[in-house]
Amino acid sequence: MKSESVTQAKKQPDMIEPLFDLILSALILATALAAVTGRQVFRSVIFFIVYGVLIAMAWLRLGALDVALVEAAIGAGLTGVLLLGALGRLKHLGQISATSLSIWFRVAMAFSAAGVSLGISWAFITLPEPVGLQAAVNTQLTIAGVENPVTAVLLNFRAWDTLLESVVLLVALIGVWSLAQNEDWGMRAGLTTHSPSDEVLTSFAQILPPVGLLVGVYLVWAGSSQPGGAFQGGTVLAAMALLIVMAGLMAPPRVGSTAVRLIVVLGPAVFLAVALTGALSGQFLTLPPAMAKALILGIELFLMLSIAATLMLLVLGPPESKAKQ
Amino acid sequence: MITSAMIFGLCGAAVIGIGLYGFVIHRNLLRRVLAFNVIGSGIFLLFGAMGYRSPILGADPVPQALIITGIVVALSATALAVALVVAYARATGQSTLPEDGAEHKTEDKADER
Amino acid sequence: MIGLNNILIFDLLTYGLTSLGLLFFLAGTVGIQRFPNTHSRLHALTKADNLGLGLIVLGLIFQADGWVTVAKLILIWILALLAAGISSQLVARVALPDAVRLKGNEIRERHPSKKTTRHD
Repeated sequence: MKSESVTQAKKQPDMIEPLFDLILSALILATALAAVTGRQVFRSVIFFIVYGVLIAMAWLRLGALDVALVEAAIGAGLTGVLLLGALGRLKHLGQISATSLSIWFRVAMAFSAAGVSLGISWAFITLPEPVGLQAAVNTQLTIAGVENPVTAVLLNFRAWDTLLESVVLLVALIGVWSLAQNEDWGMRAGLTTHSPSDEVLTSFAQILPPVGLLVGVYLVWAGSSQPGGAFQGGTVLAAMALLIVMAGLMAPPRVGSTAVRLIVVLGPAVFLAVALTGALSGQFLTLPPAMAKALILGIELFLMLSIAATLMLLVLGPPESKAKQ
Repeated sequence: MITSAMIFGLCGAAVIGIGLYGFVIHRNLLRRVLAFNVIGSGIFLLFGAMGYRSPILGADPVPQALIITGIVVALSATALAVALVVAYARATGQSTLPEDGAEHKTEDKADER
Repeated sequence: MIGLNNILIFDLLTYGLTSLGLLFFLAGTVGIQRFPNTHSRLHALTKADNLGLGLIVLGLIFQADGWVTVAKLILIWILALLAAGISSQLVARVALPDAVRLKGNEIRERHPSKKTTRHD
């Protein structure tokens, strides 16, 4: 799909692509520097979001479209929202102190960091010739059940990593919830504020979520043959839910409710169940080639629901009633 | 020999250095979480560039799957770290860790027990 | 449009329209640098970027390999338009000075001593 357009673009001189990569890399370095050394924390976070989008473009240039989707959605989008929310809460608590260190310390640290970079670059340049796993994956792709090699690796060949990853999301959520105060346990997630509803945001939160729902489910469905997958689709759904909560159209869910806990656990539980039934017919977590596609899509559907709920709850944070004086 | 992989690999290495500098320089915990994310994405960029080094074979899907897992896990860690920073700020009123040997006084909510 | 990727006139149209779109992006960026306050910068940003993106999408349509791709490109433009419009509205409302807030259709004067600091 992409290789045809690349061969047609070969009538351009062969300098355009490296030039584009160089400019993109320069932009990436500039935004990373601005994100790290911004004078105000708000400015740093905004530059970090821009940096995330530029990294997603770099993933496109490296032929990793699934990673580009995940980076744009999670790396730039959700992480930026998380940091902005934390910034708001720290300002709400009244503390955003930033002490500065001496100039010589900064110069010494800059040189050390540059030394680390140079060491890593040298290690990268002197790597031996690649013996990638593309051939191995491509020969096994027919029995994997899906045509997208990244989905095949994620949900079939290295399904163990993905199972543990879904459990890690769950553990992080439990960790975030357990930071609530005693009296807030089981209450609605996130900081309860009484901000006036904005009509613009409300109408936006009524127009966009149906489209977002369609796009999210399509991403999961199309992930079997095109770039996409459960993580990308689940993140879009989480973003839509966050938009609805932020516009005030829906109260954030109670962390003590059984329905919420069921949805959050459902994805890893279904994944684990499929893995254990694989153990009955052979090894743990093997998918029989006849049913591989159906199993993968089934796992991805429940994983999408769990990922959406978990990501939304992670961004909302622990339940917190209004700060006491 | 200037391929996409080479350029982005070196860019990733430079980003790791930038993130490391930002992590060491700042005392504010939220900035450190941000620098940690920059380091993480630099590592992913380096790893992904390693997977694209042979243009004949195309992109290697195994590093891409590992990177997707890594991005999601980095988000989970960031969410937990951010919740910890906010809880710490709520308890002590500071957004930086104390110096060695000193301790921040926690606002005692014990007398409300 | 399937299989017409090598026609010269389509390529020329793509070059022309995307260059024009990039010019609009450049104008918007210059506007951000040169305008004095938030609202005029927002004005430059959204007007120039929306039209610039529309021109770029129009240029890319001539390189598409099917009507489905054209539909997807137009959907992308509509979503970007929606997001840019909404977010610029929200930023503009937050950036209003404290004495004036729009509530429904009326403009109410708030007590000028209630100041919220917006700088770090």
